[in-house]
Formats: sequence, C-alpha cells, structure tokens
Amino acid sequence: MRRTFPLGVFHPGTSLLHRIPAGPKLGLLFAYGVVALVLRGPWTALGTLAFSLLLAAWARIPPRTLLRGLRPIVLIAVFIGAFQVWQRGWPAAVEVVATIVALVVAATVFTATTPIDEMLDAITRGLRPFRRLGVNPDKVALAFSLMLRAIPDVLALAHETRDAARARGLERNPRALLVPMALRTVAHAQATGDALTARGIGDD
Amino acid sequence: MAHIELDHVSVTAPGGGADDDVEILHDVSVRLTEHRVALIGGNGSGKSTLARLVNGLVSPSAGRVVVDDLDVASDGAAVRRRVGFVFTNPAAQLVMPTCAEDIALSLRKLVPDKDARRARAVAVLDEFGLGHLADTTVHALSGGQQQLLALAGVLAIEPSIVVADEPTTLLDLRNSAIVAERLFALEQQLVLVTHDLELAARCDRALVVEDGRVAFDGPAAEAVAHYRASVSTP
Repeated sequence: MRRTFPLGVFHPGTSLLHRIPAGPKLGLLFAYGVVALVLRGPWTALGTLAFSLLLAAWARIPPRTLLRGLRPIVLIAVFIGAFQVWQRGWPAAVEVVATIVALVVAATVFTATTPIDEMLDAITRGLRPFRRLGVNPDKVALAFSLMLRAIPDVLALAHETRDAARARGLERNPRALLVPMALRTVAHAQATGDALTARGIGDD
Repeated sequence: MAHIELDHVSVTAPGGGADDDVEILHDVSVRLTEHRVALIGGNGSGKSTLARLVNGLVSPSAGRVVVDDLDVASDGAAVRRRVGFVFTNPAAQLVMPTCAEDIALSLRKLVPDKDARRARAVAVLDEFGLGHLADTTVHALSGGQQQLLALAGVLAIEPSIVVADEPTTLLDLRNSAIVAERLFALEQQLVLVTHDLELAARCDRALVVEDGRVAFDGPAAEAVAHYRASVSTP
C-alpha cells in the first residue's frame, strides 16, 4: 500500500501562508534559509526549529502527518547528530540537527501552502531574465515540480524494496536493498520521462 | 477519422553482447483507419512497441510511421499533440502531486491563464467524476481512479487518436469495466493494446502480433479466434 508524505504535497487552506503569492513566499523561504544558516549556537537553532513548527501549525498541517513525513529526515538527522557529538560535542550536534529539521519543516510548509501550478509560474517568472543565457525557465520549473513529486515515489519504492527483501529473509543484506532500489528508481525515472514525452511536455 | 500508417517498420534494440541487436518488430506495414483497432498477442510479442511507435515513444530503426500525414520522426511534437497515450501503470503517467495540478500540466500550452487553466482542469475532472478529488494527492487515489485521471489528462488536450497500452491490466473487474466503457465511448480513433480478448473483440479491427510480426490482421472476432487457436496449439 502507498504511504502519504507531506513534503511536496499541497494542503488546501485559507491561512495567510496560503494566500501569500508563490514568488514572494519562495523568496522568504530562501531568506529564512540563509538566516538559519548564518545564525550560530544551539539555542538559536532550537529557536529556529520552534519557529518552523509554529509556521507548520499556522498552515494547519496535521502534526501526525508532519511527523510521518519527517521520519526519514529524522533518521538522517540522528546519524548526523551522532557524528557531530563524536567530532564536535553536544552543542554543535544540537545546532546542526535543529537547523536541518527546521529548514525541512519550513520547506514542507512552503510546499503544503503553495499549489504546484503557482510554484511553476513563480519559478518561470523568476528565471525569465536568464533566458538570454540559454536557461529554459519552463524546463527548470518542471524539473522542480518533478523533484517534489518524486520524493514520495522514491520513498514508496524504498518501502516496497524493503518489504520485498524482508519477504525473502534478506532485510539485513545491503545488496538486496540497494541494487533493486537503484534499478527501480532508474526505471521510475524512465517511466516518468516516457510519460512526459507522451504528453508532449518538453517538445517546445 | 484519423489514420496511422506504418511503412516497412522495423525496431531493434541492443542485445546483451556487442553485436547482437534484438529485433522487436520486423518489417511491419499497416494502415489503420478504423475507429477502434486492437493489438493482441503474447508478452514480448512487440505489440506495445508497435503502439509506442505511434507517438514517437519508440523510434523505428527502419521504415516510416505517419500519423494524419505527419511523419513521426520529423514532426514528433505535432504528432504528440494529436496522439494521447494511456500507459498500463497510471502511477507512472501522473507526474504532478494533485489531480487538478496533473490535468493543469496537460493544459499549460492550451490555456495560458492560470485561473482559467485551474477551472478547465476541475471541469475535466468533473466530467470523469473526479471533481471532488481535485486537490487530493494522486497517491491517495485507487488504481481505477488513477487510470481515469490519466485518461482525463490525455483527453484534456483533445487528441484525435488515443493509444492505450493495456489500460485495464492492473485494475479490478469493476474499475476495468469503468475504464473500458470510457475508452469505447470515445469519438476519437482508439488503438487498444490488450490481453482482454472480450475487449479486443469489440473493436472494428484487430492485429495479432507474434514474434515482432503481424501474424493476422482483420475483423476483430476473426483475429481473436486466430489468436486463441495459435495459443491452444502446442
């Protein structure tokens, strides 16, 4: 069965965050990311995380949905945190992990409050000046949206691959997990490419 | 009615070794003008490859594919505007997160205004009984709903030909019937790749594809009978 993940999925709503146009909102997300990375210290990072969680609550993203979506990121964050504790101590670990989770939550709030169509238009508008340099804004915008769409797909493939390995008693065999996962991800990318070609997207 | 012409078309793909190309289709020449044409045959016979030639998803290694007087090799973009393609697995065809966004993607060239595009997308979904799911993530849909959404996305651009590659294979009986009825209600020319011989028999013409060749081409009932006989012969 397919699982649902909040990252990349729009949640309709009427909050102020939903009403801010996609372009300015993307700019704010970028600025927020820069500020979160520039500010130092574990307490500041924890404050940033708290602020991101407040944004998620404001956007009315159900906490359970948010936590379910963050689960894979939390696993990575724990791994990074353990490495930071070992190398630089607890304060640095808290700072790095809190900043990563804060930015992922903020990105989730952005995608949850912005319809993909508006996001595509905003990215296309923003990149229009770069057309002279050979950049195709439509293709870049489409690549962004495909990336967001691919996140739940690839996670679902990972779950299916793990289940298949478990069914054969191979859940502890990295090769039984990584090789089929890589092959299925490439096959998925090819299928997506075929679908885009069939719909005439990228023909112009 | 639209027409599709394959003129001495062969398709090869690289094999396992350095020089051994595998021939998937061999010297196929057909002209399809009927309203509904079925392609039937065993797994790996080449029928899906034949269907994919029609909108340029597969390129011939020899010969020519022409759709409504447009050569697929040189006028691919124009052909794809005329030919809608429905895949076996709808999940692979749906490339946007929500139903309305996926239909809107198809409409981006046709309807430049964002609000008008959204309204048109919802109207298309309504036609397929999916209007209430406009803002639902495509992951949350059942297989039948996903296939209907994929079909809606194809028909949104008003193609003159619809090619459907085993569109009911992954569906349960009820959803299979719903999708089949939608396909057979189309005014457009339909090229249907299927293992469902009852569906194939409802078409105006059927081609039996075996080992990369058209083994039988004629009225659907006769083609189905030929295929059944060839399968039951040891």
